[in-house]
Amino acid sequence: MTAPKTLYDKIWDAHVAHEAEDGTCLLYIDRHLVHEVTSAQAFEGLRMTGRKVHAPDKTIAVPDHNVPTTAGREDPAQMTEESRIQVAALDTNAKEFGVHYYPVSDVRQGIVHIVGPEQGWTLPGMTVVCGDSHTATHGAFGALAHGIGTSEVEHVLATQTLIQQKSKNMKVEITGKLMPGVTAKDITMAVIGETGTGGGTGYVIEYCGSAIRDLSMEGRMTVCNMAIEGGARAGLIAPDETTYQYCMGRPHAPKAAQWEQAVAYWKTLFTDEGAHFDKVVTIKGEDIAPCVTWGTSPEDVLPISSTVPAPESFEGGKVDAVKRALDYMGLEAGQKLTDIEIDTVFIGSCTNGRIEDMRAVAEIVKGKKIKDGIRAMIVPGSGLVRAQADEEGLSEIFEEAGFEWRLAGCSMCLAMNPDQLSENERCASTSNRNFEGRQGYKGRTHLVSPAMAAAAALTGRLTDVRDLI
Amino acid sequence: MEKFEKLQGIAAPMPLVNIDTDMIIPKVFLKSIKRTGFGANLFDEMRFNRDGTEIEDFVLNKPQYRDAEILVAGDNFGCGSSREHAPWAIADFGIKCVISTSFADIFFNNCFKNGILPIVLPQAEVDLLMSDAEKGSNARMTVDLEAQEITTSEGDVVKFDVDAFKKHCLLNGLDDIGLTMEKKASIDAFEAQASAARPWV
Repeated sequence: MTAPKTLYDKIWDAHVAHEAEDGTCLLYIDRHLVHEVTSAQAFEGLRMTGRKVHAPDKTIAVPDHNVPTTAGREDPAQMTEESRIQVAALDTNAKEFGVHYYPVSDVRQGIVHIVGPEQGWTLPGMTVVCGDSHTATHGAFGALAHGIGTSEVEHVLATQTLIQQKSKNMKVEITGKLMPGVTAKDITMAVIGETGTGGGTGYVIEYCGSAIRDLSMEGRMTVCNMAIEGGARAGLIAPDETTYQYCMGRPHAPKAAQWEQAVAYWKTLFTDEGAHFDKVVTIKGEDIAPCVTWGTSPEDVLPISSTVPAPESFEGGKVDAVKRALDYMGLEAGQKLTDIEIDTVFIGSCTNGRIEDMRAVAEIVKGKKIKDGIRAMIVPGSGLVRAQADEEGLSEIFEEAGFEWRLAGCSMCLAMNPDQLSENERCASTSNRNFEGRQGYKGRTHLVSPAMAAAAALTGRLTDVRDLI
Repeated sequence: MEKFEKLQGIAAPMPLVNIDTDMIIPKVFLKSIKRTGFGANLFDEMRFNRDGTEIEDFVLNKPQYRDAEILVAGDNFGCGSSREHAPWAIADFGIKCVISTSFADIFFNNCFKNGILPIVLPQAEVDLLMSDAEKGSNARMTVDLEAQEITTSEGDVVKFDVDAFKKHCLLNGLDDIGLTMEKKASIDAFEAQASAARPWV
């Protein structure tokens, strides 16, 4: 009998194409997602060496980081010269190398990590990579998914493999149930609060426990999306009925007899009883509150009922980092988080740009108006999410409340397109990183869930959404 | 790729923890479709005022560290995005070695693809090297990859670990893709077996 394996062990073992004597492996890649920022130099490398894309049929490209989210964006004048060049380079490369492509004009265009699952490219048990750290999102399907650099993008394009060494196994268990007003975003932020941004370094995390099982696929994607913010190579959730239901009928999911065969295989994808984890973190679902970040690292996170911490309450190099963060954020130790006034609300990104996120916002803002003077923007993660929100009448709710209802893209998550914060502008954001300058030069980011962002839009300050439901 | 064998140079101290990829190269500079030229914007928001003038007290703006080739940094260096522009900017500036107590995973791998040696050491040894770096340009450190040791300006020797395959590639300036293509038969065999077992993939 073989030793019990974790889910990660099983997916890894099923993809080793070659193992050298020193344990360095060539890991076969089932899906390679590509966007315009990290791929141009890789395609150029292929051209210079006369190499081809090894498996164009397993390679999917979509522009997302640079594209404007306002009407009329097909007009190149809407983009800066550099953005135009990057998007044009992806257009050319996708055609020249014959990979699947969703251009800006295609209704299926959107953020690469939303498009992949939506189109059924991402399936349980696969290996998925992309030149983007939030590739971790796809782990929600029980797929081994992680970000890679541009040299590795070129390596995967040329060989459909990656040179890899295996990570260690970490288990994050969320027991019990979530309380009302608490969401998948709060789970993933609470975990980072517990482990720190380096706590997952060297590990692949498997999220499990009843509070994870109870999540929809969309919630699971939110949890896995931020595994990278905890430093982990990837986050995984074992597939189950929720996963199969989500995949069934998607354009690139298997059909008929192959579907049956696939599900039978997917049912073997779980961690065996007694398998070894190198690190275990357990959090009670009932103990998780709606969370908000106060600093400039995702680990700077607290329940909304807290106050801004003092630098002296930390140790080592973190003391100076917190002083710098409070200065950057314009906050004082001891201030109540719910007293922090905001200028802007951003709802969207690969973390929270799916239809359920849109619905969560609509539920809070329906029939209400956002606070005077607040700029509030809601950006669907794909053209199809936008179309569905229109069909469900959500966009009317947003517009009546005073939100700008945008076209699909990465938008204000990362300030590579026209959607940016200005200096000292303070934003409640459903994105994933509150780094200095992330949403615009000297912009101030507070990461929150979609429901919390909606609540902040109504009151004009960071707000406990539980007070509004 | 350029070989990394032995380096003797100035080390700059950056004790701040969690230095992220947005600090290393802000995204407004990610828009080139080339691999070169990013050094001018390395640490841009920490290094320059909005009007382009230098922020005097930033370490790499100080006269003694302008030619630094080694960075001794705080914990969890390179966290955040997968952008290889971060190591491209570091290499383009002229830094060939970064030393810290830990690195973010993707950044760590990206370094090796670009001739940069990232070294992980325990806190006490990073502290020793940090204080050596704080002495300025008179204190030149030596990093010997073959021997896997760092020698401080005082002659203290610190040993470090490095993955054997990565060391081999750095020492010889080897291109990963070429090496992998030599294993084409294994990849083809794997593909045939996998598409029989999982035809829906």
